[in-house]
Amino acid sequence: MATEQEVHHIAELADVGINTEELGTFTHQFNAILDYFDVLDRVQGDTAGIRDLCNVMREDIPEPSLPREAVLQNAAATEDGFIKAPRVM
Amino acid sequence: MEGQVIVGLEVHCQLDTKSKLFCGCSTDYRNDGPNTHVCPVCLGLPGTMPVLNKRSIEYAMRVAKALNCSVLEESEFSRKNYFYPDLDKAYQITQYDKPLAVGGYLEIEGDEGGEKRIRITRVHVEEDPGRLVHMGTADRGRYSLVDYNRAGIPLIEIVSEPDMRSPKEARKFLNKLRATLEYLSVFDSEKEGSLRVDANISIRGSERVEVKNITSYKGVEKALTFEITRQKNLLRRGQKVERETRHFLEARGVTQSSRSKEQEHDYRYFPEPDLRPLLVKSWVHDIVLPELPDARRERFIAQYGCSLNHARTLTGDLRLANFYETVVSPDPATLATLADTWISDTLIGELNYRNMSIDVVDPAAFTGLLGLLYQGVITDKSGTEVLRVILDQHKNHQPCEKPATIVDRLNLRKVSATNMGDTAAELSAKSGVEPDLSIQSNPIVTAITEVLTEQPGAVNDFMKGKKGAFNFLVGQVMKKTRGCADPGEVNRLLAEELKKEGA
Amino acid sequence: MEAHTLTFEPDDRYNAFLTTCKNAPHGDGTLGGVAVAVKDNISTQGIETTCASKILKGYIPPYDAHVVGLLRQSGAAIVGKTNMDEFGMGTTTENSAFGPTLNPHDTGRVPGGSSGGSAAAIASGMVRMALGTDTGGSIRCPAAFCGIVGLKPTYGRVSRYGLIAYANSLEQIGPMGKNVTDVSTLMGVIAGYDRRDSTSHDRPYTHTPSADITGMRIGIPQEYFGAGVDPAVAGVVTQAIGRLEELGATTVSCSIPSMEYALAAYYVTCTCEASSNLARFDGVRYGPAADTKKSWHDAFKEVRRAGFGIEVRRRIMLGTFALSSGYYGKYYAKAQIARENVKKDFARIFSEVDVLAGPTMPTIAFKLGEKSDPLSMYLTDILTVPVNLAGIPAISVPCGRVAGMPVGLQIMGRPWEDERVVDAAYAYEQAVS
Repeated sequence: MATEQEVHHIAELADVGINTEELGTFTHQFNAILDYFDVLDRVQGDTAGIRDLCNVMREDIPEPSLPREAVLQNAAATEDGFIKAPRVM
Repeated sequence: MEGQVIVGLEVHCQLDTKSKLFCGCSTDYRNDGPNTHVCPVCLGLPGTMPVLNKRSIEYAMRVAKALNCSVLEESEFSRKNYFYPDLDKAYQITQYDKPLAVGGYLEIEGDEGGEKRIRITRVHVEEDPGRLVHMGTADRGRYSLVDYNRAGIPLIEIVSEPDMRSPKEARKFLNKLRATLEYLSVFDSEKEGSLRVDANISIRGSERVEVKNITSYKGVEKALTFEITRQKNLLRRGQKVERETRHFLEARGVTQSSRSKEQEHDYRYFPEPDLRPLLVKSWVHDIVLPELPDARRERFIAQYGCSLNHARTLTGDLRLANFYETVVSPDPATLATLADTWISDTLIGELNYRNMSIDVVDPAAFTGLLGLLYQGVITDKSGTEVLRVILDQHKNHQPCEKPATIVDRLNLRKVSATNMGDTAAELSAKSGVEPDLSIQSNPIVTAITEVLTEQPGAVNDFMKGKKGAFNFLVGQVMKKTRGCADPGEVNRLLAEELKKEGA
Repeated sequence: MEAHTLTFEPDDRYNAFLTTCKNAPHGDGTLGGVAVAVKDNISTQGIETTCASKILKGYIPPYDAHVVGLLRQSGAAIVGKTNMDEFGMGTTTENSAFGPTLNPHDTGRVPGGSSGGSAAAIASGMVRMALGTDTGGSIRCPAAFCGIVGLKPTYGRVSRYGLIAYANSLEQIGPMGKNVTDVSTLMGVIAGYDRRDSTSHDRPYTHTPSADITGMRIGIPQEYFGAGVDPAVAGVVTQAIGRLEELGATTVSCSIPSMEYALAAYYVTCTCEASSNLARFDGVRYGPAADTKKSWHDAFKEVRRAGFGIEVRRRIMLGTFALSSGYYGKYYAKAQIARENVKKDFARIFSEVDVLAGPTMPTIAFKLGEKSDPLSMYLTDILTVPVNLAGIPAISVPCGRVAGMPVGLQIMGRPWEDERVVDAAYAYEQAVS
């Protein structure tokens, strides 16, 4: 059972944010889903299943990169060829 | 054992592949502008997927084998989830509970002498994040600029057990590791930022502190020394050492607590669903390792007669070892010992002083210089002078002269009695006249005579038995002959002259 | 290849499209001149791709998804990007940030999801074919609700390169169309190896559907006809299976015990993967701008709270929680064991039968706004998710109506036997047309 405080903490951890108005209903629904997940506690077995693909690799051959304009084209803010981002304080 | 220092290192090295770990962008980004070695994959555009670079695994396995590790039957990549502006997918593809290899060791020269084994916990492969440049000011607003050229560069992470007991041992471990990786041709230590170290330090009985952001070899010893002192001071004052993460600030030589909002990152690791497992244990068998530092060191001792210390120094760096062998190759019997001392004791120091790499020295030129020394054409002092001229010419981008040219230009040919005999022989050969040594004025004797006249006080001191006086007079003679006199000759002739004077 | 243009100006009263290409270029080839719609979570170079989310509004990919390249090569005219549940999270297309799509059969009802836009575009006749994606039923559900055909290929048969990831280990891009032949043709274009997708297999699809299913053994899983399935729907599907028997197939009852926890395993897996996949949306390289004057975490949170709808935030949080320290063993690890059990159940059954048959969805299309509780919405995926957990192929083909609304017959097959699944659907379709 997650409390409203814990739900709020998870929202912070995931950097998604949750409104105080949303928090009550959200927590209630969240817990209902978590309760439903408890059925997994009864699952027995292992995952040593059939391994199909493995060792999928490519040769070390350089390929053309994107032209810088394409790299920057969707960025909201750029400066001297760099992409601008908020600073970690 | 109370008060014992316990150090473990996590070393990240960029693997020297041509393309990035999960995409085809070229890794040769250092001389190019920001965001010019980027594609949708390493930019982390939605919908893109990683494809593993085979050579990065081959390289990592070479390292694992050289470090005597066991490669896992099955290893896999995992996502390490956290938010940071230089991490464009908001997760780093790394290896978590199924790394490439575990359980090896690296031998170093222990503090107490003798070989010491530093155990390796694990070796794994992961991608490098991008690079941040911090901009702005407090009043006009701070922000960051991001360059993704480095994002996706393959890294090998080598984690040691906390087996080191001093900053010195840590430095030795790091040097040995670096040399080993270079011998394996998987790493280029000259590339800026190609190596990063995180250190874990504790004083036995106290909490462990992690120091991050060490980016130079010298920095490791400095950071550890500072941190150990800091911790010991705390304990001495009866305070506790807090378990925390600190950052090393290279410029100031201090570690600083990183008080960030997330105390303990919860990385929420899970296996990377876009990559398939690695079943590469069978590859180990076919990996042929080149001659590694320890083996080369032993060979230098056996083949060239180097001392243990010199052999260690020479083989401790791949370029240096190669330089040595190239220099002595024309005539090892003659050149080996001379090269040994001259490189270990002189050249390295001169290069370090000028912040220059061994790469700039032409081995043939150095061999030439050794030849002049061997033949007695110049004194050791002159040899050093010639070397300095060569290096300075490189540093100042001037054309580099051959050693023999420099010797003649600066008139550094050795002056001595036997040398005079050579010159006389040359002259008589030219003129056909028998050499008459007595009529040739011996420049050393001349210099000695002048000095004895100029330094009556020192001569008196010598007569009185003051030991330092003799050396002083030798020094004065050497000065007069501008270092070109053979010291052995000077000593012998001065002693004779002094005897004549009054003893 | 010759260059042509197709003019595309549909009367989109169902809000099936988020972007339309008025003058769609095309070439010649297998799909020369055929109008194909592409779900808006598949990257199209130069065409806005939003995943029906505000956080990608204005994002123009600088590259094509692998399948889009294949479409272009086949001469198809890519006429637009279709509406969907935001990031594929939903069963009704009501979770789109740009309004729901309406079901052409009844505009008061949902078209299904998450590929509701693609389904409605086909059902209304705006296009002949479309690409959808199926993570837990997102092709099959809207196919069933809209009365069209939709195939979820075997996992790894169609490249995911360019598919904006929701749940990497579960999803596939798949063909949707008015009939089985068109779906099969489109499958032939998009299936096959892509070296840019490390989970891609070298299994091209070159099949022409065959109506001969003599001797085909059909398993009828009892869990597909039990409680929770509307009896009227079950009835229609049972009749449809009867037609297959008339065509020479035999049926045998079977059971999939792991269905008990399949849905939980699905939602744990997809939310965990999604929580990681969606972490990259930060307004720095694409999407609405992050405020660079704020601190990183504040700016980041602000962009995401404004840009993600409530269902997306809910699933991100569920996934974050399930992967968080101490919970990995309880949730994600258990879900993978559950998955393995589902695979084993199917493998066991497929040693006795060739295909499985049952309803695609437990009910007909819900009314808009009917399912407001998230858990009750998740529960409607119960019949579709086992297929994604096991990675097997499955198709939904229309098989009748209940209360005037279409019902879908679902055929599931062994890994790599997409052809057989198509044949079973084709045989039925031909028999009733």
